[in-house]
Amino acid sequence: MSDTDSEVISFFVREKMLEEQEPPLTERGAVKWLRENLFSSWLNGLLTIVSLYVIWYILSGIVPWLWSPTWSLGSLSECREVLTGLGETTHQACWGVIRDRWQQLLFGFYPSDAYWRPTLALVILLAGLAPVLFGSIPRWFLLFSAATPFVLFLLLWGGPIWTPLLVGVGLVLGVVAFRYLVGVNQIVAVLAAIIVPVLFWLFLVEPIAFELTYTAPIGLEFIPSKDFGGFMLSVVIGVAAIILSLPLGIMLALGRASDLFIVTKLSVIFIEIIRGVPLIVWLFTASLLLNYFLPPGTSFDLTLRVIIMVTLFSAAYIAEVVRGGLAAVPKGQYEGADSLGLSYWQSMQLIVLPQALKISIPGIVNTFIGLFKDTTLVVFIGLLDPLGLTSAIRASTDWNGIYWELYVFIGVLFFIACYGMGRYSLWLETKLQRENR
Amino acid sequence: MLATILGVIGGVLRLSKNWIVRKLMAVYVEGFRNVPLLLWIVAIYALMTEGTPQPRDFRVAEDGTAAASMIFDAFAITNRGVYIPAPVWGPNAVFLLAIFVLSIVGAFVYRSYAKKVLFDTGRLLPMVWPALLIAIVPTILMYFILGRPIGLDYPELGGFNFQGGTQISNPLTALWLALSLYTGAFITEIVRAGILSVSKGQSEASFALGMRPNRTMNLVILPQALRVIIPPMTSQYLNLSKNSSLAIAVGYPDVRATLGGITLNQTGRALECMLLLGLFYLGLSLIISFLMNIYNNSKKLQER
Repeated sequence: MSDTDSEVISFFVREKMLEEQEPPLTERGAVKWLRENLFSSWLNGLLTIVSLYVIWYILSGIVPWLWSPTWSLGSLSECREVLTGLGETTHQACWGVIRDRWQQLLFGFYPSDAYWRPTLALVILLAGLAPVLFGSIPRWFLLFSAATPFVLFLLLWGGPIWTPLLVGVGLVLGVVAFRYLVGVNQIVAVLAAIIVPVLFWLFLVEPIAFELTYTAPIGLEFIPSKDFGGFMLSVVIGVAAIILSLPLGIMLALGRASDLFIVTKLSVIFIEIIRGVPLIVWLFTASLLLNYFLPPGTSFDLTLRVIIMVTLFSAAYIAEVVRGGLAAVPKGQYEGADSLGLSYWQSMQLIVLPQALKISIPGIVNTFIGLFKDTTLVVFIGLLDPLGLTSAIRASTDWNGIYWELYVFIGVLFFIACYGMGRYSLWLETKLQRENR
Repeated sequence: MLATILGVIGGVLRLSKNWIVRKLMAVYVEGFRNVPLLLWIVAIYALMTEGTPQPRDFRVAEDGTAAASMIFDAFAITNRGVYIPAPVWGPNAVFLLAIFVLSIVGAFVYRSYAKKVLFDTGRLLPMVWPALLIAIVPTILMYFILGRPIGLDYPELGGFNFQGGTQISNPLTALWLALSLYTGAFITEIVRAGILSVSKGQSEASFALGMRPNRTMNLVILPQALRVIIPPMTSQYLNLSKNSSLAIAVGYPDVRATLGGITLNQTGRALECMLLLGLFYLGLSLIISFLMNIYNNSKKLQER
C-alpha cells in the first residue's frame, strides 16, 4: 500500500527545477508598457489614437514650417524668392530675421560696442545669485552677492564709478553703526542703522561723488535707460522687482498678521487696492500720474518708475502668499517662541518665518514667474520690450510682414527663463523636505 | 467659461492613466504657463488676421472653385472677423423664450423631486436624461407649433464683404481664445491638485461600499476636491477679469481704452480717469470674489 502511495506521489513530484522562463509577451518590455499605459481599456485606446492624431496634425503643420533653409537671407522678399525657387510653398519660416536682428531683440537700442556690459552683468548676476540660491557655496561668497547690485548698476547704466560706490559705503556705514550701538540699546541701534546711511546719501554722496569724479574720472560711458530694450529690459525690470519685492512682501505679510491696529489696516488697504487693479492700469499710473505725487522739479526715469510700480504690485501678491504660509505655521510654534522669551523679531526671524517661507516657496516662485511674464506689459507705456521691438522690426522694409519667427524666438526665451524658475522651485522644495525628516 | 471647461477636462486628462494624453496635457500646461499672456494674445491675433482668408477668397471663381469655403454654409472665418448667423426675432418669440425658461425650471424641479425620492425611499430615479428631455423637448415642439418664430440670418458674400449675420471682430476672438487657453492651463493645474488632494482611502472606501467608478467620482471625490479647488479658482477668475485689460494689445475697446484712453484724452484729467478706472476694476474684483465666497461657503465643510 505504502509502496503504491510513494509511487503515486513520486509520479507527481517534479525532480528537476523548471528553467526560469521569461514572462509572457504581453507582460514584459514595450508590449506590457503599451498595454498598461496606452490601451488599458477601449476608452484609453480611443484617447491614445485621438491624441496621436492631434500630435501628428500639430507636428505636420509645424515641422515643415520650422525646417526652412533661410538662415542666411537678408529680407523677407529674398526668403520668398528662395523658397519658391526651391519649389516649396511660402508657408515656411524665414529665419534670416533672427540672424539679422537677434542683437536688437536681446539688447534693444543699447550701443552695440557696449554689448559686453549687459552680458558681463548677466554673468555677474548669476554668480552673485548662486550662493543665495544654492546653499553649498562658501559663506564669504555672500559678500560678493551683496556687492552685486552696485556692480550691475554700474555696468548697465554706466557713469562715474563713484556714485554706486558711495551708496554702497552708506550701507556699510549703517551696518557699522548698528554693530557699534547694538551693545548700548537695540532700538537706538536700529534707528542709527537707518538714519546714518540716509543722512549720508542725502548730504554727502553728491558733493563727494562730484569731487571724486572731478579728480579721478574713472567710470564707464553713461547710457540712458531709454536705450534699454529687448529681452535685457525684461530681465532688468524682472530681476530688480523680484529682489526688491520679496522683503517688501514679507514685511507687508507680517504687517497684515500683526496685532497693531493701524499697521494691520494699512497693510490690508495697501494689499487689496494693489491687487484689485490690473498691472497695466498701475503702469499707466506710473507713466501718467506718479509725477503728481512727487515734489515739483523731480523727474524720474520711466524705467525706474516702472520698476517701482512692478515691485509694489508683486509685493502685494507675495504678501498674500506669505500670509498663507504664516497661517499654516501651527499656533504652538508662536506660543513656544513666546514662552522661550524671544522678542517679536527674534521669534519671527528664528522660528516662524523659516517655516512659513518654506511652505510658501511654490507660491512665491509662482508670483515671480508671473511677474517676469508681466514685464512684457511695459510695451504699452512706450518701453521697448521684445514684443515692442517686433513691431519696430516689422516697420523696416526688409522685414515687413514677419510675425511668427519673432514670436517663436521670444516665446522660447521666456519659456526657458520661466521653466527654469519653476524647476528651481521644485528642486528647492524637495531639498528642504528631505532635511525636515 | 471656456477656460473652466478646458481646465476641468485638462485636469482630469492630466491624471489619466494614458501616457500620451498625460504628456500632451503637460506640454499644453507648460507651454501656456511659461510664456507671457501678451505674447499669446498678439500671436493668436496675428493668426486671425494673417492666417485666415480674406472675404474675397470666398467668391466662387468661374471654374466653380473658391479659395476658401464657409463651414456649414453658415460660419465664415475671415481676416475681418468671424461671421456667424444672427437670430431674427419673430412675433411669437417671447412665448418661445418663456417656455424655454419654464422648461429649464421644470428640469430643476424634476431633479429635486428625484433627490427627494432617493432620500425618502432609496429608489434611484434616472437623473440626467429625463432632465435634459424636460429642458429641451417642449421648446422644440413649440418652435414648430408656433411656426418657427425665430429665424436665422445667414451671412452672405455681397460686394466686397459679408452681408448679414453677426460679425464677431477678430480682436475679440483673439482675446477670448488666448485668455481661455491661458487661464485653462492654470485651472488644469488647480483641478489636478484638487483631485490629488482627496486621499486614496476615500475612493477605496467607496469602492468597498460597492459604488461604481462614475458614482465614486461624482459623490465622493469631486465634492471633496471642490473645496480645495474653489479658492484658487476664485483668484484665477479675478486674474482673468484683470487680464482682460490686455485687450489694448489687439485694439479692442474695453474699459481701459474708453475710460483710460478716450475720456482721458478728451478731458485731460489723468488723475480722475485713473481713479475711476481703478475703482471700476476694484469693484469688479470685489463682486467676483463676493459671489465666489458665497459659492465657497455653500460648498465648505460644515464643521461644528
